[in-house]
Amino acid sequence: MSAPMDATAMAGLGAHIAVLPVVIPLLAGATLVVLHRSSIAYRRLLSLLATLALGLVVLGLGLAVEQQGLVVYQLGNWPSFAGIVFLADRLAVLMLALLVPLALAAQLFASGGDDARGAHFHALFQFQLMGLCGAFLTHDLFNLFVFFEVLLAASYGLLLHGQGGDRLRQGLHYVVLNLVASALFLFAVGVLYGVLGTLNMADLSARIATLPEAQRPLVEAGAWLLLIVFALKAALLPLYFWLPRTYAAASAPAAILFAIMTKLGVYAVIRVYTLLFGVDAGALAGLVLPLLFWAGASTATLAALGALAASSLRGLLGYLVVGSAGVLFMAVGLGTDAALAGGLYYLVHSTLAMAAFFLLADWVRRHRDGGDALGRVAVMARAAWLGGVFLLLAMAAAGLPPFGGFLGKSLLLAYAEPQGPVVVLWAVVLGSSLVNIIALARAGSRLFWQAPVVGASRAALPASAAPRFGERVALLLLAFGVVATAVMASDVVNYVGGAAAQLMDAGAYRDAVLGRDPLPTTVPR
Amino acid sequence: MSLEFLLASGIGVLAAGAFWLLLRARTFDVILGLTLLSYAVNLFLFAAGRLNPGRTPLLKDGVAPLLANYNDPLPQALVLTAIVISMAMTALLLVIALQARAVNATDHVDGQEPRA
Repeated sequence: MSAPMDATAMAGLGAHIAVLPVVIPLLAGATLVVLHRSSIAYRRLLSLLATLALGLVVLGLGLAVEQQGLVVYQLGNWPSFAGIVFLADRLAVLMLALLVPLALAAQLFASGGDDARGAHFHALFQFQLMGLCGAFLTHDLFNLFVFFEVLLAASYGLLLHGQGGDRLRQGLHYVVLNLVASALFLFAVGVLYGVLGTLNMADLSARIATLPEAQRPLVEAGAWLLLIVFALKAALLPLYFWLPRTYAAASAPAAILFAIMTKLGVYAVIRVYTLLFGVDAGALAGLVLPLLFWAGASTATLAALGALAASSLRGLLGYLVVGSAGVLFMAVGLGTDAALAGGLYYLVHSTLAMAAFFLLADWVRRHRDGGDALGRVAVMARAAWLGGVFLLLAMAAAGLPPFGGFLGKSLLLAYAEPQGPVVVLWAVVLGSSLVNIIALARAGSRLFWQAPVVGASRAALPASAAPRFGERVALLLLAFGVVATAVMASDVVNYVGGAAAQLMDAGAYRDAVLGRDPLPTTVPR
Repeated sequence: MSLEFLLASGIGVLAAGAFWLLLRARTFDVILGLTLLSYAVNLFLFAAGRLNPGRTPLLKDGVAPLLANYNDPLPQALVLTAIVISMAMTALLLVIALQARAVNATDHVDGQEPRA
C-alpha cells in the first residue's frame, strides 16, 4: 500500500478513529448477547460504559474533523473506488454527537426496569447504535443500505420488546413498510450502479456531474426512488401515516432512539442530495429540492392538524416529530447553506426536546388513571410537578423563546432568501407553530388542570409508577441538552454553519475521497 | 426475443405479483409478497452488472483484467448480501406474524377482523 508513511505517522488507534463508532457498539452488543444470562446490573453497566466510550470516540472524531476537515477512512485499505469508505465531516459528527446523549438517556431510562422485560434489550440497543453510527459515517450507498438494515432489525426488536397486542400490530406494520422500503432502496442502488458503475458517493457525484444526456433519465429515476426510501424513514408527507401510531406504541427508551431515526432520513437526504445532486451536478442539480420544500410544507401543515386531533399524548408527540421533519425538509428544500444551517440547528434542538418529551409522556402514562389518553379528564398523581416539566417541554417543542426551537425557526426565516416560496415558508412555520401551541395547551389542560383530588384515589396509584433515579437523570440529561443548545446558541450556530458550508462544497468531498487512492491498479475504473 | 427482454419482463411480473400480494390484508400473503419482491430485487441487482453469457468474474491467465473480458463481480456480491438480509428479515417477520396470530387470534394485518 502506498500510504504506509501516513499510517505510521498517525500511529495506533488514532488512524482508525473513524471506524471505532461502529466497532465499539458491535463488540459491546456481541458481548451482551453472550452474557444474556448474567445479572442485569452487569449488562447495564457494560452497555453504559460502551456508550460512554462511544461518546469519547465521537469527541475525538470531532476534534480530528476540526483539524483535518474531512476524515476519510478506507476499510481494509482498499482504494476508494473499489472498497468501502467511511467519511466523517461536521454533519456526521453533529449527528453522532446528538446520538450519544440520546442513547445515554434511553439507557438510563430503561435501567428503571424496562430493560428487564426481555433478555436482549441492551444487546439490541447496542446493535441499533452500531447501525445508526454506521449510517452516519458510511460514504457508500450499498453500505448505507446495510447499516439501515442493521438498525432496522435492532429497532424491530426494541419496538416489540415487552410486547403486547398493540405493539405487535404496530410492529408488523412498521416492519412490512420498512422491508418494502428496503426493496425500493435496492432497486435504486441497482439503477445507479447499472448506469454509473460505482456506489461510492463521491465517485457517484463526480460521474453524475459529467453524465451524458442519454443516461440522465435512468439516474433521475434512481434519485426519485431513493427519495421515496428516505422520505419513508423521515416521515415526509405521503409516507408519514405509520409514524404516530408506531411511536405511540413503542416503549419510552425505544421512542427516544426513534426520535433520531426520523432524523436519519433527513440526514440521508441532506447527504445524498447535496453531494450527488448538488449545485455542480450539471443538468440534475437541485433535482428534488422544489418537491422537498413543498412536501415539507404540506407535512408540517398536516402534522399540526394531526397534533390538534390527537387522542393521546404520545400520539400528539408523534405528530410533533412529523411536523419537525416537515420544517427540516423545507429548510433543505430551500437549497441555500444559510437555510440548511438554520435547519440543522433546529434538528439538534427538536431531537433533544422530542426525546425528553417522550420520556415525560411515559411518566404521565404511569401516573394517570387511564394512561395518556386525552379524551377524558382523569385523576393524576404529582400533577403539579409533572405539569411544570410539561410546560417547559411544551414551550421547547412548540418553539417558544427562550428555547432553541424559537431560534432555529427564526434563523430559518431570517436567512431564507427573500424570493420564491418564502411566503409559504413564513406562513407554514408560523402557522404550524401556533397550531402546535394550541394542541399542546389543550393537551396540558386536559392532563394536568384538575381540581384537587379527595384522598383515596391518589393512594390507588401503584408505587412502581414513581419516577426512578435513572429515569430522573435521563430527563435531566436531555433537559440539559435542550438548555445547552439555547445557551450556547452562538457556538452551535457557528458549528452548523460550518457544516452547511462544508456540505455545499461537493468538490472537496471528491478530492478527499478519490484523491486518496494513489495505488497503481489493474482493476478497470 | 432477447435475453434482456425475458429477464426484464420476468422481474416485472415478479414485482407486480409481489405488490398485489402486499396489498392484501393477511400476514401470510404479505410475507409471500415480500419474498417475491426480494426475488425481483435480487434479479434486478444481478442485471445491473449486465447480462454477459459465458463470462465469469474470475481472473484468468493471459486475459487482460478489463471489465470487457469479465463479468462485473460487484453486483453478484451485492446480490449475496441482499439475499442474506432478506432471508433474515423474512424469518423475523414470520416470527412476528406468528406471534401476532397467537395474541390477536387473527391473521389480519390490523390485528382484528374488519367489521363487515
